[in-house]
Amino acid sequence: MEEALRQAGLKLEEIKSVISTGTGRKRVPFAQKQRTAMSCHAKGAYFLFPQVRTVIDVGAESSAAIRLSADGKIEDSVGNDKCAAGTGIFLDAMSRMLRVSLGEMGAESLKATGTVPISSMCVIFAESEVVSHVHKDPPIPCANILAGIHDSIVDRLFGMAQRVGMEPEVVMTGGVSKNVGIIRAMESKLGAKVLVPEDPQIVGALGAALFAQQENGIRESC
Amino acid sequence: MLTMGIDIGSRSTQCVILEDGQLLTYGNIETGPNSTENSRAAVEAAIHRRDELWGEYRMQLPNTDTSHLRIEDMAYIVATGYGRVVVPFANANITEISCHARGAHWFVPGVSTILDMGGQDCKGIRVNERGEVTKFIMNDKCAGGTGRFMEIIAAIIQLPLPEIGPISLESTKKIPFNTICAVFAKSEAVALMKDGASKADILAGLHEAISARVLALLKRVGIEEKFVITGGIAKNVGVVRKVEDKLGGLKATIPAEPQIAGALGAALFALDRARKKAAENTSRTICSAPGKEAAPDQGLIP
Repeated sequence: MEEALRQAGLKLEEIKSVISTGTGRKRVPFAQKQRTAMSCHAKGAYFLFPQVRTVIDVGAESSAAIRLSADGKIEDSVGNDKCAAGTGIFLDAMSRMLRVSLGEMGAESLKATGTVPISSMCVIFAESEVVSHVHKDPPIPCANILAGIHDSIVDRLFGMAQRVGMEPEVVMTGGVSKNVGIIRAMESKLGAKVLVPEDPQIVGALGAALFAQQENGIRESC
Repeated sequence: MLTMGIDIGSRSTQCVILEDGQLLTYGNIETGPNSTENSRAAVEAAIHRRDELWGEYRMQLPNTDTSHLRIEDMAYIVATGYGRVVVPFANANITEISCHARGAHWFVPGVSTILDMGGQDCKGIRVNERGEVTKFIMNDKCAGGTGRFMEIIAAIIQLPLPEIGPISLESTKKIPFNTICAVFAKSEAVALMKDGASKADILAGLHEAISARVLALLKRVGIEEKFVITGGIAKNVGVVRKVEDKLGGLKATIPAEPQIAGALGAALFALDRARKKAAENTSRTICSAPGKEAAPDQGLIP
């Protein structure tokens, strides 16, 4: 926050309204209100892309699919915060196993000549499955394993998006959408282009800021 | 007549040898990467009665020397478990569901409900009065509530696996865990340790979460007396108590060696087959021309 204020040349006192969101939203001492991660992501995504009807948000330890109405209201949503499958932590674990940095995984997976299917949904079981692929003789190219990993995450996200009744256009937000391999896999599954914000990680905070602005507007007009 | 059952699980492998249906010896080893070597190592552990890995022998074995036994001495061998198709010397393979039911029935005659908590899966099994499976539900999609989960937690807490059960009973404070995802539980446990939470409380919280999960599984198959827990987690008194707490007075019976139930069941099936084979051979010898061989056993499951 201090970094953002410095860049904008502002002081905290000058900010009229602060809304916090996310898992740690209750522990922000200077926030006046809290909003759920789901509503903030929807708000932020709609602000960036008004044509969007489906938001798929994949964070470090949770993922969610949200369907929006034409005016940006949440019509249906499903979230997963009980299981690490289909979240960033899955990618994180795989990145450590394959010794490919998180930043490089996406680009690396695009070099795949084929895909090794990962049948385990559980991250723990997928780890052993990946180890067995790595040690196969002849060795399987790392890119093919990565492509399989991305497919397995996308399968899970796609299932969630279907449950909310996915409609075009689709945007992906959250840190995992920085992975180009995931985006490409999702696009080929959808048969359509997926929108990705310039900075997919700030969408939740952006949504919170938009809510804060609304609050402020209401208060001033009173 | 000697028969053998071999149960290749995801984390551990057991071999049981019966002499005319009586337990002669058994072995229990960690599952290795090479299937052939792994099955032979389990047989070696059984005949030499090695107890290196999973603690001392809990069952009294007959005072006979078994170290001279060889695979060829077995009248029939049945393989079970997730690696059952890769045992090169087995005559047949049978699913671990049937074998666990049969083994549990041997340990506890009259068993009705079995909870098998293995290395990488968890099963609820209902059996009839003859020990035959009537219904089962299995979770093999998620590591939560499996032996693998326990291993991960034991490593984080820095305690040997056999100690986590007894230590969890010393808990004084309830710590609720929101999920039983092994990945999340691991990071939650690390955070709790940093905050100074006691090992006993963390373990008790995790055991609580696991027992709630397995109870849901059991309810789907229906729980009735007698209730038996098999598999490695049955050795964890913390989990067993938590499960019992939720059953409202229904006690769980834990076999003396809960991990060998599958291999034992396989060895009992092997005995049936061996006796059948012997009977067929006898009748063939009587009915057909002398010297004519019996049809080779194809090792197929009926």
